[in-house]
Amino acid sequence: MEAFSVLVAQASDPDDLKNIEAAAGAGMAYGLAAIGPGIGIGYIVGKSVEAMARQPEAAGMVRTTMFLGIAFTEALALIGFVVFILLKFA
Amino acid sequence: MPGANPVDVVTTRFDGPAPEVAVSTDMIKRGVVVAPVLIAICGVIWGINGAWSGAYGIAIVLVNFALAAAFIATAARISLGLMMGVTLFGYLIRLALIFLAVWLVKDASWISLPALGSTIIVTHLGLLFWEMKYVALSLAYPGLKPSGSQPAA
Repeated sequence: MEAFSVLVAQASDPDDLKNIEAAAGAGMAYGLAAIGPGIGIGYIVGKSVEAMARQPEAAGMVRTTMFLGIAFTEALALIGFVVFILLKFA
Repeated sequence: MPGANPVDVVTTRFDGPAPEVAVSTDMIKRGVVVAPVLIAICGVIWGINGAWSGAYGIAIVLVNFALAAAFIATAARISLGLMMGVTLFGYLIRLALIFLAVWLVKDASWISLPALGSTIIVTHLGLLFWEMKYVALSLAYPGLKPSGSQPAA
């Protein structure tokens, strides 16, 4: 945070300031957007492994559900990523 | 002991067919089928650059699905515990690969970032919701519904 303050203080050009703010916003958007799905995927996989260990005959069903659950959860991270590329690169 | 796991997570492995590979392959087939429509829509909205970007976005999503399924299926043949680790770190690796794929082309003359981003989200979610119609999730058919069956009412 201190480094960010120093960067903002040194930026005399409004364009530089805008770039710094865009980079900081994009980084925070992507970082925060990746945390939630990370927790969600960890929870999904943990519970799925527990279910497979308790009932191995249902492992195929559990794996399919887990795969789809991971993909749906990952959509949130992808939305954050798209916000990131639009803020940072566009 | 009541509540104890009947199998060991570290040594248990699944050598049978991988349902996630079947589901992922099915999604990729559907993605290839709808790709021309999505590319055409991107072309109409964002022009020729939008069409190229749309195609690139669809490719990213399809490769992402294929990698996710391959990671899980490969690790499940070794151990359940490894599958857990590979799935979690695979998530990070795939996010990094998607970032790399976009970063490499961000300054290319043919790229349209709004088209790329929109295509990634729409293709990813669209294929997933579409696939829900074709997943059986039963003990007899843990992955896809058997071919020729009618969707349940």
